[in-house]
Amino acid sequence: MTKEKIKGNWDLVITPKSSLFDLNLKDLWRYRDLLVLFVKRDFKAQYKQTILGPLWHLIQPILTTAIFLLIFGKIANIPTDGIQPVLFYMSGITMWNYFSVCLTSTSNTFVVNAAIFGKVYFPRLIIPLSVVLSNIYRFGIQFGLLLAVMIWYQFHGFPIQISFLWFFIPLLLVIMAGIGLGLGIIVSSLTTKYRDFTILMTFIVQLLLYVTPVGYPISYLAKSKFKFIIEANPLSSLVEAFRFILFHKGSIQTGGILYSIIFMFSSLFIGLLIFSKVERSFMDTV
Amino acid sequence: MPDTVIKVENISKQYRLGEVSTGTLMHDVNKWFYKVRGKENPYLKIGEENDRTKKTDSEYVWALRDINFEVKRGEALGIIGRNGAGKSTLLKILSRTTVPTIGSIKIKGRVASLLEVGTGFHPELTGRDNIFLNGAILGMTKREIKNKFDEIVDFAGVQRYIDTPVKRYSSGMYVRLAFGVAAHLEPEILIVDEVLAVGDAEFQKKCLGKMKDVSDKQGRTVLFVSHNMTAIKSLCTTVISLGNGLITEIGDSNSVINNYLYNHMNGGMIQSFENPKIAPGNEVAKLKRIEIRPELDYPEEPITVKKKINIDIEFWNFESNKTINLTIFFNNFAGECVFANGTVAKILPIGLHKATCAIPSNFLNDDTYNISLMIVGDSSYPIYFFENIVSFEVNEDRSGSSWHGKWPGYIRPKLDFIFLS
Repeated sequence: MTKEKIKGNWDLVITPKSSLFDLNLKDLWRYRDLLVLFVKRDFKAQYKQTILGPLWHLIQPILTTAIFLLIFGKIANIPTDGIQPVLFYMSGITMWNYFSVCLTSTSNTFVVNAAIFGKVYFPRLIIPLSVVLSNIYRFGIQFGLLLAVMIWYQFHGFPIQISFLWFFIPLLLVIMAGIGLGLGIIVSSLTTKYRDFTILMTFIVQLLLYVTPVGYPISYLAKSKFKFIIEANPLSSLVEAFRFILFHKGSIQTGGILYSIIFMFSSLFIGLLIFSKVERSFMDTV
Repeated sequence: MPDTVIKVENISKQYRLGEVSTGTLMHDVNKWFYKVRGKENPYLKIGEENDRTKKTDSEYVWALRDINFEVKRGEALGIIGRNGAGKSTLLKILSRTTVPTIGSIKIKGRVASLLEVGTGFHPELTGRDNIFLNGAILGMTKREIKNKFDEIVDFAGVQRYIDTPVKRYSSGMYVRLAFGVAAHLEPEILIVDEVLAVGDAEFQKKCLGKMKDVSDKQGRTVLFVSHNMTAIKSLCTTVISLGNGLITEIGDSNSVINNYLYNHMNGGMIQSFENPKIAPGNEVAKLKRIEIRPELDYPEEPITVKKKINIDIEFWNFESNKTINLTIFFNNFAGECVFANGTVAKILPIGLHKATCAIPSNFLNDDTYNISLMIVGDSSYPIYFFENIVSFEVNEDRSGSSWHGKWPGYIRPKLDFIFLS
């Protein structure tokens, strides 16, 4: 019997179990206005009663770049593929920040929103999606900072390389967001019952930063036997590609990008499966 | 004949009690192991009727068991039952915030559920922004909200504050705005929890009036949960009475409500312990008996606001020449202490002692009262506190009045309030 036949002329059938691939994407489309409103809400509510407002998004990458410059540049003396060191670190950090915020803030979807989820139904996926979207704005500000610094260095011997490759930056961003979202909703689904994963998450993200080429280029590891760890990280090729697009230095590896794309689709797919299973009854265990 | 818009078939919902811990993990692993071998979930066979007053060994309870009913288009269905009877669980399943353990529900048309007013309101956003946000959360599209916007603002009466963050609103304005949004939803099926009954009398009237409009004039289906029998009677034609997760009765609202009131009147009005070894209390004092004894004309008569009520207490004192006094707390259904009353302190010998408290007629308002008893030592410290040990319900008796709203106030004394001319 097909699903349509079971439904008959009913609009909605509530049963204990859903079929594995019942992802309810139609519902998601019906609530698209809510997605937009959530993004607007985040945008409007974030800086209420702060003095610096969105400027806070600039302070964090500036300070992080300064520390990276000190630790990786001055103390450890790691080369930067011939890219001006400030630009090298800042570009890596901008990219990394977007990923880490996507991952950490989608990974607590169920726990943080339990109060509202317990009172009214809407497709739960709206919340993590809105997080990923509203953080593009933050990425935009940090990217603007990076561009400003690049223009400054334009007059100090590091000319900007504008090319058609820049059109691929949004693609890199989408892959980053996709991986962050996919992993985030997997973790959020696991944390509804056992909070252990929340604790795990906080330092996994920290550790992940070290195996992503943010403070060093992949080329630095050319002869290292541990290179495979960095290459297994789907973010590595994205960060490298981002730098290549901006500075025309380093490398862009089609294989690596392809790997990242496959990784993105698999994590999104697995994430959606688990998420749609958990969202139905998580209120009982959260 | 109107068609069926909600069909509930064999709904059961099991909950696990206690904390989530390694024990839960073992159960999860076990469940999964059964599933892999193609067997039925072993924990579905156990589990008990959900009687929250009895402590048992089973970790699983059935919050709902074998619920079956149908709702026709345009019908207003009331759901009643004591706390923990399963009303909220049923609403949660109907409004899709959780799923049943067994069974299925079929629904025709769009459902909007109001288990709370102002879900998702953000304090930092303006009234205008919150109308859109809250409307969208409740399932309206942006265009629908836009069309209704002026009506909502009018209904709430907050024109002047519409561009002010709602955290600056008075609580009354906040609730009116939130209900304004909810009241202008246009779903085919509206599910309302009793939360809407909070607020002042005028607001309640407005809410009830709006819901009556929705079901009578617009022909929409309403499911309404409440402890307010007056409200249920005035709004609903059919009522389901739930008790310990089972449907105890379903039918015409008047007869179901009367039976419900009668059956619950005598429940929990007496606690009695013959054996001092197992009686509640401690080494200083233990409770033998506490009984609500209304002065009724015939045994089945409901307790109304016009009846006298006595509370008899018997307890054992195990310490010689102990200075003891008793205090009784009267908590209303909402859990607020309406008043407390104590005896004078007295030096008591070892043995059984009795006390009685008389509540005059025309004193308590209609409500459910939970009685707590404190045995106080040396006029200074509690020897033992028996929390919510008995309860009773005082019913409305307004013969001779043509107004049927809820009488306001915590108590309802009959004072000498007379015309002088």
